[in-house]
Amino acid sequence: MTASRSLIARAQDSVAARARWHPLEFVFWLVAFGAIWFAPGYHLILTEVAWLGLFALSLDLILGYAGIISLGHAAFFGFGAYVAGLLAKHELVTEPALALIVSGFAAMLLGFATSFLVLRGSDLTRLMVTLGVALVLREMANRFDWLTGGADGLQGVTMQPVLGHFRFDLYAHTAYTYCLVVLFVLFLLARRVVNSPFGLSLLAVKGNPLRASALGISVSTRLVAIYTFAAFYAGVAGALLTQTTAFASLDVLSFDRSADLLLVLIIGGAGYLYGGLIGAVVFKLMQNYLALLTPQYWPFWIGLVLVVLVLVGRDRMTSWTLPIRRLAAKLDWRTTAKAADAAEGH
Amino acid sequence: MTLALETIDLEKRFGGIIATNKVSLRVEKGARHALIGPNGAGKTTVINLLTGMLAPSAGTILLDGENITTLKAHKRALMGMTRTFQINQLFADLSPLETIGLAVSERRGQGLDWLRVVGGKPDLVTEAADILEQFQLTDVMDERTAVLPYGKQRLLEIAVAIAGRPRVLLLDEPAAGVPEDERHEILAAIAALPKDVTVLLIEHDMDLVFSFADRISVLVNGALFVEDTPEAVARDPRVKAVYLGEEAHG
Repeated sequence: MTASRSLIARAQDSVAARARWHPLEFVFWLVAFGAIWFAPGYHLILTEVAWLGLFALSLDLILGYAGIISLGHAAFFGFGAYVAGLLAKHELVTEPALALIVSGFAAMLLGFATSFLVLRGSDLTRLMVTLGVALVLREMANRFDWLTGGADGLQGVTMQPVLGHFRFDLYAHTAYTYCLVVLFVLFLLARRVVNSPFGLSLLAVKGNPLRASALGISVSTRLVAIYTFAAFYAGVAGALLTQTTAFASLDVLSFDRSADLLLVLIIGGAGYLYGGLIGAVVFKLMQNYLALLTPQYWPFWIGLVLVVLVLVGRDRMTSWTLPIRRLAAKLDWRTTAKAADAAEGH
Repeated sequence: MTLALETIDLEKRFGGIIATNKVSLRVEKGARHALIGPNGAGKTTVINLLTGMLAPSAGTILLDGENITTLKAHKRALMGMTRTFQINQLFADLSPLETIGLAVSERRGQGLDWLRVVGGKPDLVTEAADILEQFQLTDVMDERTAVLPYGKQRLLEIAVAIAGRPRVLLLDEPAAGVPEDERHEILAAIAALPKDVTVLLIEHDMDLVFSFADRISVLVNGALFVEDTPEAVARDPRVKAVYLGEEAHG
């Protein structure tokens, strides 16, 4: 039996739909890049949004796509941050973009080495293991103060111009552009990966590991791969923080940072790549403006938002944004046109 | 005679309980072999041992004469032994098309391709479409699997296993729980399975077993009790006593 040509075309189209660009995605990136010219006064906070967004994207890769929950993602962020600081301080790699890549790979190695700890066990086990790894790393950074500066932080980091040309300035104009370009490039890569057969297999592993293995998928290999890959992203995000502030301190590895990150991702919604980016915008803006209104009590409001979000999102925390995304899909003229075509065809 | 699948003194203990007791099963190439037995006889445990979902306590498993006793589950699937589950094990958030596409891509060893967009290989999509058509799933191929009618999910369960192009297919109660009016679709799908695929069927439904199987093994309390042709098994008074008899009274 062979499928008809029209069926194959329909299947081909349906499969390709997963990777198709939505108009709102263009809007998102146009606004982000437009801010380079149109919102120069906001570059300091937007820089923070950009590296936080990248960090949250990293968590989304493992949580939203592979179902690995982590309360210790700061381990890779912090590791990348310190590596970037040390590379600059000791003038090992002075060009920031290259140092960024080296820092990402360093975090990636750490990710690979610790990935074997998250292969087995329940969500709770994974929470504890990841939390433990981050705590161990933080105390090591504290203990080896001859290298890291300990509680005083890593002093004496001076940054060279990016690509030998673009000097970091006080208003973070260079910093924002630099972070945004890095974020965009890594986003494109992540988008490609999650829409690949490998990305689909991650969703399968997340959805039903038993069936996945019965299909011939080695569940542990896939989890190691994505965990390692995500660690690269987190390391780069950490390195961006160090490079744009010329400083790294112990709080890059702190528990708060991992917990806030989970918050950021849940605010934006996991499993569609933009959740971390949107969450980062909302989180940083809230942090900023609520802190102006109530300098001491702003976490109260963040906490309240979190409780409401999780209660509203009936299908646990990953999909409260689903109705909005469905609405967005309806607004997409291409999908609508195709639905009309299909209706006519019948 | 050549054997597609063979076990030698296969044993599984859970603590003090012997779930599988020295089972030596021989399934011929191309056979339609049924494994039957009363509830709790350990049929699903045997399937789990064969597919590597459980590790045996003792014994050997041979697939086409090759010792696979210690191979991991996914390796066995890639070697050409796939299965369905008694309780659906599907990907709730993926569509049937994505599920079958994934199964085909994994069988071809392309599952680690991380820079090619899904659907980039037209022949893969064609193969997936063929399988969906064969199992009458084309009209629901874009739906989320979670919202499909139970009968369709049952068909998808078999389709996924077939997408792995098995040499040996293990069906664990394929018709279990399917409403009467959707049942014929499942039976037709099973009857239409390619002849060169060796099938080992676990089933409670005696009509299905006797219409399908050319060989029947009866499992009682974890041990093989009888193995023979359907006619002989149907006539065997001992089988009647332990199994058919029980059902008649039950």
